[in-house]
Amino acid sequence: MLVLVEQSLNGLQFGLLLFLLAAGLTLVFGIMDFVNLAHGSLYMMGAYFAATFVAWTNSFILGILLALGATLLLGIALEFIALRHLYGRDHLDQVLATFGLILFFNDAVRLIWGPAGLSLPLPAWLTVPVQIVPGVFYPAYRLSIIVVALAVAALLYIVVMRTRIGMLIRAGASNREMIGALGINIKLLFTLVFGLGAALAGLAGLMQAPILTVQIGMGENILILAFVIIVIGGIGSIRGAFMAAIFVGMIDTLGRAFLPDLLRMVLSSAAASTAAPALSSMLIYLLMAIVLVVRPEGLFPAAKR
Amino acid sequence: MKSHINVRNVVVALVALGLLLLPLYSAVTGNIFILTLFTRIVIFALAAASLNLIMGYGGMMSFGHAAYLGIGGYAVGILAYEGIGSGFIQWPVALAASALYALVIGALSLRTRGVYFIMITLAFAQMAYYIASGLSRYGGDDGLTIYKRSTFGGLIDLSNRVQFYYLCLFCLFGGVYLIWRIINSRFGMVVRGVRSNEQRMQAIGFHANRYRLVCFVISGTICGLAGALLANNTDFISPAGMYWTRSGELMVMVVFGGMGSLFGPVLGTIVFLLLEEVLSQFTEYWALIMGPLLLLIVLFARGGIMGVLGRFSRG
Amino acid sequence: MVDSSGDPLLRVENLVRSFGGIKATDNLSLDILPGELHAIIGPNGAGKTTLISQLTGQLMPNSGAVHFAGRDVTRLPSYQRSRLGLARSFQITSLLPDFTAADNVALAAQAHDGHSFRFWGAARKEKHLRDAAQAALARVGLAQRGDVPVSELSHGEQRELELAVALATKPQLLLLDEPMAGLGVTESARMVALLKELRKEVTIVLVEHDMEAVFALADRITVLVYGRVIASGDPDAIRNNEEVKRAYLGEQHAVTSHG
Repeated sequence: MLVLVEQSLNGLQFGLLLFLLAAGLTLVFGIMDFVNLAHGSLYMMGAYFAATFVAWTNSFILGILLALGATLLLGIALEFIALRHLYGRDHLDQVLATFGLILFFNDAVRLIWGPAGLSLPLPAWLTVPVQIVPGVFYPAYRLSIIVVALAVAALLYIVVMRTRIGMLIRAGASNREMIGALGINIKLLFTLVFGLGAALAGLAGLMQAPILTVQIGMGENILILAFVIIVIGGIGSIRGAFMAAIFVGMIDTLGRAFLPDLLRMVLSSAAASTAAPALSSMLIYLLMAIVLVVRPEGLFPAAKR
Repeated sequence: MKSHINVRNVVVALVALGLLLLPLYSAVTGNIFILTLFTRIVIFALAAASLNLIMGYGGMMSFGHAAYLGIGGYAVGILAYEGIGSGFIQWPVALAASALYALVIGALSLRTRGVYFIMITLAFAQMAYYIASGLSRYGGDDGLTIYKRSTFGGLIDLSNRVQFYYLCLFCLFGGVYLIWRIINSRFGMVVRGVRSNEQRMQAIGFHANRYRLVCFVISGTICGLAGALLANNTDFISPAGMYWTRSGELMVMVVFGGMGSLFGPVLGTIVFLLLEEVLSQFTEYWALIMGPLLLLIVLFARGGIMGVLGRFSRG
Repeated sequence: MVDSSGDPLLRVENLVRSFGGIKATDNLSLDILPGELHAIIGPNGAGKTTLISQLTGQLMPNSGAVHFAGRDVTRLPSYQRSRLGLARSFQITSLLPDFTAADNVALAAQAHDGHSFRFWGAARKEKHLRDAAQAALARVGLAQRGDVPVSELSHGEQRELELAVALATKPQLLLLDEPMAGLGVTESARMVALLKELRKEVTIVLVEHDMEAVFALADRITVLVYGRVIASGDPDAIRNNEEVKRAYLGEQHAVTSHG
């Protein structure tokens, strides 16, 4: 029972991280009609920046804030130099060009930080277990990820639904010409949205950094999960991305945690420990396949263009 | 009658001739490395040509083609591991497994269009990658060494470099010829028509997705053959060979050469892999150059090599 | 020519289709008799193209039924309706731009000539497909233009090609969505002459804004306003219908006097 609570929290935490990544991706896609494979690279850069800046400044908080700013700037620079020339182009062109960027970033990281991964040690005050309900302890850091990510999600919701910028973003997603007709500086809006997406990806990366090793290619697997989330949630839909991200995070985490035991009830122990990891990796894709069969446009499609 | 002698066709003919004579050059100069390199190039060219069938002619932007390289390879590797060394069994199994995978993935993915299709083929290929990683009996993440190449009852010896090269080249030319017949057949006309205007094709009585799916399966099957060849070439098969960046590289080869031109992917593969080879001799960090180069090609050289040659051809 | 005694070729019953809160097709019923040329007119936004799309299966209705040649086709996808003999032309030219005119028509002929799962022989060398394409092109006056890529045809020629493509499917019922859209005076006259020939062989539903053409060609006319039929009858009856004058012709006059 305690394990279930803990694993559910882990699932929630992973889902929220996925949401940060997917939200940026789906915003950029919804508004600029732009597929950015290099989104995962920004996630990776966020983690590398954090590991570096924390080591430099000797302060976890300061390092993380610097890393966040650096990812934001990197995203804006990337948009300004390269990506804005790809708006309005074929999705295939965008995929190939940003694929080139992934190759670039992976080797750039290898050149700068070396092929071995980095680690980002947590300060002592974040390593203590917190008692969340009587008898259930949960690491303070993972708890703070949940809190921060929820806060960011809420903030994002407020920005998108309640502010003037958000109105423009929503209008842009449903009707690109209208925004132009309103006399808004679209180029600036796009740059801002892209920067926001980059910062969200960077945030996800730097928060994940203390839990996993910071390494080359870390953004790629999680990018594909973010794609799956967007497909399940419906392209361009923030709400869909949120629901699907939590769902996927839960299934992935709980599947890994409990599937081996469940399988052991029906299979021999050896067969179960062979099949379980593969099956739990597949669970999400099976889910995606089911969603595709039932609702090809996703569970929570954004309003029709 | 239009003249068939133009820059583009001359280049294609010269390249084909060069590929045919390469073992001769290798034997005369004693340069074995170039034969090894080009065996690999020829195999990837076959994979790229198969991808071009769905991308260039069918308008299906699959980002999961590396899965077939893996499936074809694992069919050979697993059967070899289990003691079945005959290519007459291994290779048909490799093709059938690829076809089956393509049928299932295609039926699901083709419910969607555009970016969704790109993402979903990518995700399914990644699923195949995880499954391969989970095959602990066959090496899991570490992969599986193939100790003995496929045997064909003494007809051909795959361990002989020259024989193996010519087998690969035969498969490539055969594959390109097959694709040429297909795209000009009734079936191919429908597939290209669907790419051009799906609604119109539906309105004149074609069930567009049925044709798309069959095309998707043909493409996957051809790529499965490339996978069987590749496994024999490297004597090794691992999940890393079907990682999604491999799918991306295949797309790059197709676009480098010129999407929707018959021989373009072959040229694209030669250029891409030679470039990779040359760059990596200069620097360990070759992708630092390849990445931005890719971006520039997408931005400024649409139509790829064939497109550029075509411009020469028209004068 | 018009067989008003027998069953209708196409029967539309209580068709409803809405987009958001707007009913583009509002409880619409309509019979098309074998052999007639039936024009559907109405001001912009009356739901004419929406109706055609539901008849040919590009769009599914929310409720109601469509019967074609005695068969319920309401839920049939467009490719199956095409095989039953329902053909359409599109208001906004919808051809295969990467292909020649002859290829466009030959593919339509191919769709109705056995199956297309043939992977080896060159389709462009199949004589009977070429002949069928040539015949259909000749019908619309494009006999000399077969080898020209669609993208190089003039707008008028593309409109004619639309018609040839529809004809090559050997339809029983031809639904033409504004075939005269964007045509000049001489091109329009040619199209009218062409339709006069075609109506002898095939039942036609004609959606058109060109009133002169409509009244010259139609056996019967149905007037749509806001997705509803407000009148249906022969051209004289429509001309004298007060409601039509008020709702539609008045506006039409206003439009023509502006333009």
